[in-house]
Amino acid sequence: MTAVLNAIGRGWLILTLAFLYLPILVMAAMSFNASPFYRLPVEFSTRWYAALMGNAALKQAAWNSVWIALVTTAIATALGTAAAIGLHRHRFPGRALLQAALYPPIAIPWLITGTAMLVFFYFLGIPRGSPAVVVGHVALAIPYVVIVVGARLKGFDPALEEAARSLGARPWQVAAWVTLPYLAPAVIAAALFAFAVSFDQFVISYFLAAPGDTTLPVEIYAAIRKGFTPEVNAVSTIVIGLSMALMLLVARLARFGEVR
Amino acid sequence: MRGPVPLLAPAYLWLTLAVFLPLSAMGFFSLVSDIPVGGRAWTLTLDNYAEFLARPFYAQLLWRSLELGAVVTGLCLLIGAPCAWVLARTIRGRWREALFILVILPFWSNGLVRVFSWAIALRGGGVLDWAVNAILPWDVRVNLMFSWWAVVIGLVHSYLPYVILTGYVAMQAIDQRLIEAARSLGASRRMILWRIVLPLSLPGLAAGAVLVFVPVVGSFMEPRILGGRAGTFFGTVIEDQFTAVFNWPLGAALSFILLAVVLAVLAAAAPILRRSQ
Repeated sequence: MTAVLNAIGRGWLILTLAFLYLPILVMAAMSFNASPFYRLPVEFSTRWYAALMGNAALKQAAWNSVWIALVTTAIATALGTAAAIGLHRHRFPGRALLQAALYPPIAIPWLITGTAMLVFFYFLGIPRGSPAVVVGHVALAIPYVVIVVGARLKGFDPALEEAARSLGARPWQVAAWVTLPYLAPAVIAAALFAFAVSFDQFVISYFLAAPGDTTLPVEIYAAIRKGFTPEVNAVSTIVIGLSMALMLLVARLARFGEVR
Repeated sequence: MRGPVPLLAPAYLWLTLAVFLPLSAMGFFSLVSDIPVGGRAWTLTLDNYAEFLARPFYAQLLWRSLELGAVVTGLCLLIGAPCAWVLARTIRGRWREALFILVILPFWSNGLVRVFSWAIALRGGGVLDWAVNAILPWDVRVNLMFSWWAVVIGLVHSYLPYVILTGYVAMQAIDQRLIEAARSLGASRRMILWRIVLPLSLPGLAAGAVLVFVPVVGSFMEPRILGGRAGTFFGTVIEDQFTAVFNWPLGAALSFILLAVVLAVLAAAAPILRRSQ
């Protein structure tokens, strides 16, 4: 009986994995299909990838996505790590409120946050465009960084810092040689997280980017709405491959952080 | 380092400027007759909320979105809870780790692209159509694209990993000795499920349900891509106010109504969520 139930359970899990991966595999297969009408069976060709190279709008959007994600990563990792250390090291009134304040950017649907940013920035006179997108992405990424780095800090022994200090290390030396090396795996994982949050973000970019000079997901969305072409399959396959590779890296590093 | 302020101020100032002030500003904009920019005349008014009440269309759409949220959440629980159990309790070692990462991985890849991949699979003459016709001897046309079900499938696909993840964490923590004690006292399999396993995994599953329900109620990109004409929901109407109709005060009011619904759901779930931490 138990063996039968276990077999059913495993079958269920395998079916679920198939549900999760089949459409992605179909899309990847179609991106190598020569027929623009998705005719089956697939006739192998890389013509859509070649066509991508000539698509200036997509290339510009891809470049925008990369530099916006890099800038977001740098700012969010720095600010988030500092905040995590501040929350960990100090006990003060309002601390619980500050910790709770990390969740609204994650929990409130991006449609609401995105439209609110659009209206507020317009009111302040900040135009739609990449700087506005960075401001929004950093705000979304900070909570993830604080949570990931904060989790690692829970296992940190303050005696290490005290020992360094009593041996005559200056505050910056304690930070550079004791605290940060301990935090390094979590900080790297958090940075990759921040990169992924920004690189994959669609909704916020959709409302904040300037039309015509936007990020890759927004450009892909525009292309889909115009009527989807195999070129979109090709660029989508590249994007999903990249983001999966990135998250595999995060998974490895995050575990590395736990074990030590 | 003396106080917490220099460490905390930059991050929280940023969050205030980019999230909390905009949300407050939106509350204000939902109460004006026109956006107060460039010397436009505006007055404080409740008209935008009155508009929501006056036209049953909006309430119907909000209901449609809540219904969509309930169906997607239910399906995610139904599919995800057994998966979480299998992963947490019956598979061990390296396999478990590998399968776990496989479940979580698509979740952290590009959401828009994953929704789009369903458009390729579901369209008439697409892979699903082709596969069904390859198996069945008679000719059927399978075209789920641009239907309510296409939206449901895409959303379940997008948010299913949440439920598996939170369920897994809760189920892994169940003490095996409890189950063994119950069994040695003669409890049936069903009794163990209802009296031990479900109550103990409830906080995790509830957390997963909230994490699915909230974004689904506010979704607009998935219905737009997969739903076509069948894809009009509360989220798409809000988007329209900002990108097509340019009635920002009404959009702000509708957004705020959605926010109120979301906060109510989060508040109702808070006691269970707190238990899950």
